[in-house]
Amino acid sequence: MGRGDRVFAGVATALAAAVPLLLVAIVLLLMADALPAVQRYGLGFLTNSMWDPVAEKFGAAAYAYGTVVTSALALLIAGPIGVGCALFIAEYAPASVRGLVAFLVDLLATIPSVIYGLWGFFVLAPVMRSGLEPFLKNTFGPLPVVGALFTGPAVGRDLLVAGVILAIMILPTVTAVSREVLRAVPDTQREGMLALGATKWETISKAVLPYARGGIAGALILGLARALGETMAVTMVIGNSSTRIQASLFTPGYTLASAIANQFTEADKAIYFSAIITIALVLLLVACALNILARLLVWSVSRGPGAGSVRA
Amino acid sequence: MTELELTTWRRVKTAALLAPSPSFDRRRVSNALASGFMLVSAAIAVSVLTLIVGNVVMSGWPALNLAFFTERPLPPGEVGGGVAPAIVGTLLMVAVGSCIGVPVGVFTAVYLSEYGRGGLAHTVSFVIDLIAGLPSIAVGVFVWAFLVRNVVGQYNGLAGGVALAIVMIPIITRTVEETLRLVPDSLREASLALGIPTWRTILRVVLPTAKAGLVTGVVLSLTRAGGETAPLLLTALGNQFFNLDPRQPMAALSVQIYQYARSPYPDWHAKAWAAALVLITLGAALSAVTRWAIQGRRKFG
Repeated sequence: MGRGDRVFAGVATALAAAVPLLLVAIVLLLMADALPAVQRYGLGFLTNSMWDPVAEKFGAAAYAYGTVVTSALALLIAGPIGVGCALFIAEYAPASVRGLVAFLVDLLATIPSVIYGLWGFFVLAPVMRSGLEPFLKNTFGPLPVVGALFTGPAVGRDLLVAGVILAIMILPTVTAVSREVLRAVPDTQREGMLALGATKWETISKAVLPYARGGIAGALILGLARALGETMAVTMVIGNSSTRIQASLFTPGYTLASAIANQFTEADKAIYFSAIITIALVLLLVACALNILARLLVWSVSRGPGAGSVRA
Repeated sequence: MTELELTTWRRVKTAALLAPSPSFDRRRVSNALASGFMLVSAAIAVSVLTLIVGNVVMSGWPALNLAFFTERPLPPGEVGGGVAPAIVGTLLMVAVGSCIGVPVGVFTAVYLSEYGRGGLAHTVSFVIDLIAGLPSIAVGVFVWAFLVRNVVGQYNGLAGGVALAIVMIPIITRTVEETLRLVPDSLREASLALGIPTWRTILRVVLPTAKAGLVTGVVLSLTRAGGETAPLLLTALGNQFFNLDPRQPMAALSVQIYQYARSPYPDWHAKAWAAALVLITLGAALSAVTRWAIQGRRKFG
């Protein structure tokens, strides 16, 4: 190897090696800053919902609850629609429509978070307040158990609206990854089923989806990971007012991410900062764990049996 | 019954008799329902996109004028002014992000595709995916703790650029690596056989062949970075005044949208929509370039 080669390879290797170092630096720095709050509050930080900066009492349970509820709602809405959309693109659409629909759904992913927030704040929230929320309240409110989810005044800035916005935002993620997974299902799976006289849906539900199951679970988890960390759009529509845990989806709440965005510049004490950075650390670790899980699931399909005869 | 109805009834009756079994009808119905559901899913996705883009265009267009692009924001409550500092700030911070993100992203991709074997390559490849999945607000918190607090001592544009770079790196690496792997080995071998050193082969043969993918990756990352808000809120903060000094707080279009949307002033709401329209238009123009580049890539794919 000449000198030029050594220098070039050295630069490429050094810059590539900087990438893992960056992640290590991020995690270590956040851990160092989170330490005071972790030492002082321990696990109570995640189980206690009292968040009182003046009294220096910090428990993020209500924020975590908001994150879990909004992300679960998003997944509940975007999961079926996203997979349906991917099936439409991969299995149903004629070639001429396929590319266009895929392109349009991908375009949904390029809209910045803050614009979803703007739209949610000025367009979706009023519609939810005067249309969908009173309807849900009147329809499901009187029912036992389920009714508890739809009580209280419909304000249009609450967990439900945040969940709907998140659903729209993770739809392209779920669709794109599911689509890739479906493409990795070998055609022999489909042909075998069709040759037996199965309908299109039977082919999909009995031969394609079971094969792609793991990968589609991966797509849903990737969507969930995206929803958990999403900040701006949620901050703009979730209300940011209550720190109590209530069953009603009409509660104006907080998520972990929106609490950071809202309070970061207000934190005036070291322990307050530490508490906020602990939230960031929790988000980061959960996102990493979900991403690892999702990648493993998606890989398991694309490297599955018969992967040699993949269409693409 | 009229003659027509009678014929129809007979036909239906015959069809029912000829059908293989009642279960076939059920199968046909469930098939139709499933197709219907998929069609509706795709329709929902497309109409939500249309609705959002339509709203942004309709609400943003009326507020666009020359002052919007050339003037700075007026004090709260006053009608008029523009968001020029935010446009300049976004461009500056994206430029800073590119100066760091493009070399790191491209070289990491070159390492993974041309050199990477064994443990380090696996680690890098894995970590790139993790960084791509990091909540961007966590990136903001990191850059704040590192650059804003420890190095500069106040919110600043440089930190905003660094945060954007961290967002850009995995996007560039993934896209470029994928394209580099599509470059046929015969090209590399031909170049090496002529006695050209590996590094010149990469620079003069491999990278130019993968040019379209390179453009795609960079453009995609620029689109993402241009719209990022959460990390900038924690690092660059925003600024109502013109500022070219990277050590000072800096405005950004995305942050401006957030601040204007939260204000009580209708004029600022209109400006938030207009800023959103500018951002989306920039993004769409860049996406068109991406699409064009992807189609170019297929030639040797």
